[in-house]
Amino acid sequence: MSTLDNRIDFYPTNEYRGIKYRRGRVLPFGATLVPNGVNFSVFSSASTSCTLVLFNKNEEEPYAEIPIPDEFRVGNVYAIIVFGLDYENIEYGYRMDGPYDPQNGYRFDKQVVLSDPYAKAIGGRDKWRDDSNLKRNYPFRSRLVFDDFDWEEDNPLETPMEDLIIYEIHVRGFTSHPSSGVRHRGTFAAIREKIPYLRDLGINCVELMPIYEFDEFEHSRENTNTGDLLVNYWGYSTLNFFAPKSGYAATGKYGMAVDELKTLIKELHRNGIEVFLDVVFNHTAEGDHRGPTISFRGIDNKTYYMLTPDGYYFNFSGTGNTLNCNHPVVRNMVLDCLRYWASEYHVDGFRFDLASILGRAQDGSPLNNPPLLESLAHDPILAKCKLIAEAWDAGGLYQVGAFPAYGRWAEWNGKYRDTVRKFLKGDHNTVGQLSQCMQGSPEMYLHRGTTAGINFITCHDGFTLYDLFAYNEKHNDANGENNQDGCNDNFSWNCGCEGETDDPGINILRHRQIKNAMTILMLSQGVPMILMGDEMGRTQKGNNNTYCHDSEFNWLDWSFTKKNFDLLSFARHIIHFRRQHPILRNKEHYSNRDYKESGYADITFHGTKAWHADWSESNTVFAFMLDGHHAKNGFVKDDTIYVAANMHWDALEFELPQLSENRKWYLSVNTSMAPPETFYPLQCEPVLENQSGFIVGGRSVIVLIGK
Amino acid sequence: MGFTVKKEIFEKYIAFTLCGSLDSSTAPQFNEEVRQVILQNPQTLVLYVDELNFMSSAGLRVLIFAKQKLGTAASLILVRPQEQLLETLRMTGLIFSVSIVDQYPE
Repeated sequence: MSTLDNRIDFYPTNEYRGIKYRRGRVLPFGATLVPNGVNFSVFSSASTSCTLVLFNKNEEEPYAEIPIPDEFRVGNVYAIIVFGLDYENIEYGYRMDGPYDPQNGYRFDKQVVLSDPYAKAIGGRDKWRDDSNLKRNYPFRSRLVFDDFDWEEDNPLETPMEDLIIYEIHVRGFTSHPSSGVRHRGTFAAIREKIPYLRDLGINCVELMPIYEFDEFEHSRENTNTGDLLVNYWGYSTLNFFAPKSGYAATGKYGMAVDELKTLIKELHRNGIEVFLDVVFNHTAEGDHRGPTISFRGIDNKTYYMLTPDGYYFNFSGTGNTLNCNHPVVRNMVLDCLRYWASEYHVDGFRFDLASILGRAQDGSPLNNPPLLESLAHDPILAKCKLIAEAWDAGGLYQVGAFPAYGRWAEWNGKYRDTVRKFLKGDHNTVGQLSQCMQGSPEMYLHRGTTAGINFITCHDGFTLYDLFAYNEKHNDANGENNQDGCNDNFSWNCGCEGETDDPGINILRHRQIKNAMTILMLSQGVPMILMGDEMGRTQKGNNNTYCHDSEFNWLDWSFTKKNFDLLSFARHIIHFRRQHPILRNKEHYSNRDYKESGYADITFHGTKAWHADWSESNTVFAFMLDGHHAKNGFVKDDTIYVAANMHWDALEFELPQLSENRKWYLSVNTSMAPPETFYPLQCEPVLENQSGFIVGGRSVIVLIGK
Repeated sequence: MGFTVKKEIFEKYIAFTLCGSLDSSTAPQFNEEVRQVILQNPQTLVLYVDELNFMSSAGLRVLIFAKQKLGTAASLILVRPQEQLLETLRMTGLIFSVSIVDQYPE
């Protein structure tokens, strides 16, 4: 019988110190299992030679170093197939020889064993905060992975963008607190145990903060006041773009992180929940010229990084270096990487950290037509993936509303965040802007539809929603930077007392403000995103930059599900309300016209007097009505929805628009009321006794349904 | 720690009894045994693993191979796995692909 294994090209031609090998295949890059062996392929444009270095796991020194013969190089790619390897126990790397001439961009050092930019798994941090090999030479060694995972019938869900409700999660923070009650805290497996919670909450997409392999010990230091070890907790510092973080897997120590993550994604999909990854292609963990040489710097410094004319690193990321994303080789790596995660891990979408860097030329200048962004937008494998940009960078490029979208890209809507925060704290001159935000920001995204904007009030970077109403100022002393780090423009309001208080009036107001915020977020057009724990009043004690804390600053305290049950039950209600009402999820912007001839325009604006919105500078109240005939841009019929938000300190009476066709107003939400009258379950809403007016409490929001 | 595998063919199922340590050095041998029996299209493959003290990722990959080769209509049954193996199956999600029982046949 003729099988693949019997082909002559899968047998060795050469031998070096007992290890058999032959000429390899130049594509794909990385290490690929082939019959009888492993194909290694690596690009380097300016090196003079390349040596493949093989280690046994857990051994300090390599057991073999195979100089790749020059005749095995095609163009700038070295490729070799090595036979008889113990797939489970080997680790590998490369030594690249070449010029060391930093001024001209070359930093080759053949003393260093480099990890493979295309490695699918990386050793060295198998277990979170295990410091046993901190002093090891070349700790970040490349490993082999298998692509034999049984996905059964699973595929990316392809949920329409306008129907998504995103929930931002830090893998470790979500379940590390002892109160989480899971078996393997802080892991992919633990998130799987919490899927029922996510389902009940009603979200249908989780966005995982960075899960590419990173080093939690990077820049780690002791807080001299508390003795706590401050670490690279958030993980926005990538060691390798293709490898999942092993320390996030309960099975990382067994080399099964890939399987554990895939199982999590498969189970989330089975429960109707999409998975987005927060990807960091703007820089790497190698830092500036003083940083460690781990991979890219030693493989091909001049290709992978944006360099100044004198060979130093441009720093548009604020972290020391900038990935040279629009170099054709790096562009292909980014594309290969995303294709890999989409096809091999069934990932549904990506959020790009500091994405404006992806639109910079190799000299750092902004491009009008960035080839990388265009390639990603038109890529056939990524065709159904959601692409979301954090549309700014640390070099001053701010592109919210103007990110090169190519009909595909969405953006984190920072303007939405700031406007809603200002409105909620009662700032003047916000109502006009708020009306744009609640429509999906047509002033910015008129021709891109509502889904161009990801609406959020909070994210990992900044205050939590509770802290937004408990602190006027940031309190970042625990970060050990003299409270100089973190954003100063928080647009927060402490409701009368800085931090925790026993004052029941203040605590009631804070909870009401959280409910107001959730209501505005869920009733806005666009794609809402919730920060993990905001639904239960998670606090970071006023710290708005908790990037370095592996502690209760960041760990979700699940006892809050009981302590703040009113918040959680409200969040569940308002999320399910959004899912129940298609009028809240139009893909195209409202036209302010009655194109369904229902007697009402799709959206109308009101104030304390029906049909009379007050756009004056000092106004702090806002009301609008969505006509259900125009749901899903007129293709679906829904109830009519009326929302009134009163950010004045005292109660005000709102005149209600009159409904046609013998329909009546029913009360769904009134945030000024104490539970159980804050909201009414779907389909159990009481009819209003007074159909022509409603007194809305101070700093409160009501939601009515017309049916 | 050695590894032994014993194969038994019954009318309605095929069984392996595994003892010792199933790791990268022994997994290829077991994988080949599995590959051979799957050629007979068994509807049930039973693994007696109560004396299997250790299974590395290479061993787990044999289970993945076996399950996918057997197909969705056939069963892969593990009899009395030790707690460490059971926990690894849970963490990786492989537990969804196999049946765990205390004895077979019942």
